[in-house]
Amino acid sequence: MDSSDLAAVWLTLKLATVVTLLLLLVGTPVAWWLAHTRSRLKGVVGALVALPLVLPPTVIGFYLLVAMGPDGPVGRLTEALGIGLLPFTFPGLVIASVFYSLPFVVQPIQNAFATVGERPLEVAATLRAGPWDAFWSVAVPLARPGFVSGAILGFAHTIGEFGVVLMIGGNIPDKTRVVSVQIYDHVEALAYGQAHWLAGGMLLFSFVVLLALYTFNAGWRNPA
Amino acid sequence: MSAEIRGKFRVDRGNFSLDVDLALPARGISALFGPSGSGKTTCLRAMAGLERAPGGFFAIGDTVWQDDARGVWLPTHRRALGMVFQEASLFPHLSVRGNMAFGQRRTVPGADPHRLAEIAELLGIAALLERMPPALSGGERQRVAIARALLAAPDILLLDEPLAALDARRKQEILPYLERLHGELSIPVIYVSHSPDEVARLVDHLVLLDGGRCVASGSLHDVLGRIDLPAVFADDAGVVVETTVAEHEADDLTRLEFSGGHIWVSRRSEAIGTPLRCRIHARDVSLALVPQTQASILNCVAATVVNLAATATPGHVLVKLDVAGNPLLARITRRSAERLGIRPGLALHAQIKSVALLA
Repeated sequence: MDSSDLAAVWLTLKLATVVTLLLLLVGTPVAWWLAHTRSRLKGVVGALVALPLVLPPTVIGFYLLVAMGPDGPVGRLTEALGIGLLPFTFPGLVIASVFYSLPFVVQPIQNAFATVGERPLEVAATLRAGPWDAFWSVAVPLARPGFVSGAILGFAHTIGEFGVVLMIGGNIPDKTRVVSVQIYDHVEALAYGQAHWLAGGMLLFSFVVLLALYTFNAGWRNPA
Repeated sequence: MSAEIRGKFRVDRGNFSLDVDLALPARGISALFGPSGSGKTTCLRAMAGLERAPGGFFAIGDTVWQDDARGVWLPTHRRALGMVFQEASLFPHLSVRGNMAFGQRRTVPGADPHRLAEIAELLGIAALLERMPPALSGGERQRVAIARALLAAPDILLLDEPLAALDARRKQEILPYLERLHGELSIPVIYVSHSPDEVARLVDHLVLLDGGRCVASGSLHDVLGRIDLPAVFADDAGVVVETTVAEHEADDLTRLEFSGGHIWVSRRSEAIGTPLRCRIHARDVSLALVPQTQASILNCVAATVVNLAATATPGHVLVKLDVAGNPLLARITRRSAERLGIRPGLALHAQIKSVALLA
């Protein structure tokens, strides 16, 4: 592996970490709302959150590119705020990845909240815990498996993204060139040896992550 | 009148509606009793603020928790209540001690650790404090839930069929603790149940609910003694009599005394002077115009007929009797009633075939 490979690995890890943290922050309230609401909008919001599961990444990337571009609503806003345009920058990549990985974080947390149900929260209320208190002292600890699954899946999925990155981030070393793009470059250049190192690393990483996830979940369901 | 619990709730949910206006004593155990779907749990949840009954009112004495006419509504977590749900709803991520301290910590800052130990002792769970909820039996879990509710320093204890999910043996394991609470607690308890046995054993005040309406409300003796109520306990019509252990006799019988006379039962272990609640089913009481000395039935008390009513059992009538101020019900055939000329005011003798002791 040369220095550009290492830079790509470093950038990928940085991207996945930032995106996972943001997703936990953004996804938790969305998951909570979806798990508890009786609103008719639930179906619409649930479908929107799930869209990245079925859409080709290029479609998501395309619309985000348009929206964040100089003529898009987001682009105009960011320019008016003096931030400049987001496509082909690291923050742009972060925003695109948040959308792309949203269902992988929201759905496990939503399921976990739904499994916890209303009853423990009612019990907490009868024991003088206000809603915020009950959320932290009861809902979050009981939904822990969902948070762990969501974080792991969100992280791993962001590491593995390719299409969205290519559409929104291009291929700029140290800024937007992540591992998957680097592998693509190596293959294009017929540098199979280097591609093997990175591809093998990704394969091993993904397997270990999923293994950890399933072991953890099995252990949670059958406490010793 | 201020030391009273008032609850006025209307809930309309299409196929179910609740419309009650309750006044309950601020002491002792009050039961909300009725078949499933009668609205008793909804009523309890409305008291706790877990169910929003628009336009409702709920107050314990002068403490108003809901008065929608004046825009008063306290969310559940601001109400000084303790609640025990049908299924043990312990927090699985906390130990027994952690569960018990959950409400206590939030009510009394710097809570006295002795209080926790004391309540644990009262409910017989002192040895379980470090266990996790999955390692407890159903009965133990429910006792922990009661202890947890008590530690939150409630002004009222709401019990939603706390024994319904337990088998008969576990029930027997918890009932003595509930009776003990009855003796030691100074706060009112609202007990939701559909079990006549639990009600007869524990309760002081009885509210009958049916189809979301309050059918009767009064002291246990008064309500059980009413014969105009549509099959209150169905086949289980009967009264509860408060007796005292008077004498243990040589032939293995114990004599129980009440204001209307004596009842002999199989030898009891209780000491003389111990109060004992007996349940006498209407089907176990027969009537005679003259005292029967030539019969095997031992228990016979002088009674006066108050009135008669039809029962759900074909060919039978329910006779309400007065035994020196105690109500007693007898279920006899219509034919016998006519043959004996049973009418209000008639003095006769009630033979009690068997007595269920509630302790």
